[in-house]
Amino acid sequence: MREMIDPERVLIRDSTDIVRARAVARQVANQIGFTLADQTRLATAVSELTRNIVQYAGEGVCEIADASGEEEIRLRIIVEDNGPGIDDIDRAMKDGYSTGGGLGVGLPGTRRLMDDFAIESSPGCTRVSIALVRRRV
Amino acid sequence: MIIPILRLGKILLTSIQQELTDADVLQLQSDLLRKVSEIEALGVIIDITALEVVDSFMARVINDTAGMARLLGAEIVICGVQPYVAMSLVEMGRDLIGADCVFNLDQGLKLLEARIAVRGDAILSLEGDEYARNDRP
Repeated sequence: MREMIDPERVLIRDSTDIVRARAVARQVANQIGFTLADQTRLATAVSELTRNIVQYAGEGVCEIADASGEEEIRLRIIVEDNGPGIDDIDRAMKDGYSTGGGLGVGLPGTRRLMDDFAIESSPGCTRVSIALVRRRV
Repeated sequence: MIIPILRLGKILLTSIQQELTDADVLQLQSDLLRKVSEIEALGVIIDITALEVVDSFMARVINDTAGMARLLGAEIVICGVQPYVAMSLVEMGRDLIGADCVFNLDQGLKLLEARIAVRGDAILSLEGDEYARNDRP
């Protein structure tokens, strides 16, 4: 039997938690067997999503879970908050659009880095779910 | 956290040795610009060899800092972008880092030297502590 790694939950409240969350993501990715390039993609994606929490919602949670199967390694990350929500998700997914004075690449950039990307948002609940998947070698 | 800014003649050198919070990055930006203005630095080198993650926020601050330093009158180069950092940044979005990049400190100094020579208002002298103005006899 493969050993699964227990999911990690990182509470996000300020910018020090962003650094912590991406360190945890990198560490778990490393344990599961992702390459350094993929570890960096995951850490960067976590950095973008958790910064959105700090910037727009104030508080939230980043959950990092090993969702690997027999044939593949998969790291699934869910970033969730109870903030005001995203008004227009289609616009938020466009390059260069930002309501917070950023570059507007956080969400679309994260989608490009990841294999799976799903976002749902309503006032009081925003949830972004991402995953990176690689065949076992 | 205080990130040391070293002075080499009219060049300022700073090396980011660990993951920084957003507040640390902004602190470094203002410290660096103050120092540039204070000593009328001709060039700035920011070494990010040790950074394993550069997200869009960090990229923006680096670009902004480069633009601000130029406004003051200094040339600026970024040194030591790691391969996986480059991969993630380009995958996220083109042109996230607009400043000039070099492999190492040696090249950084040479590039600054060349730039300052082209500008023509001063000649960089790394041997002495001071730079020589063109209008000197």
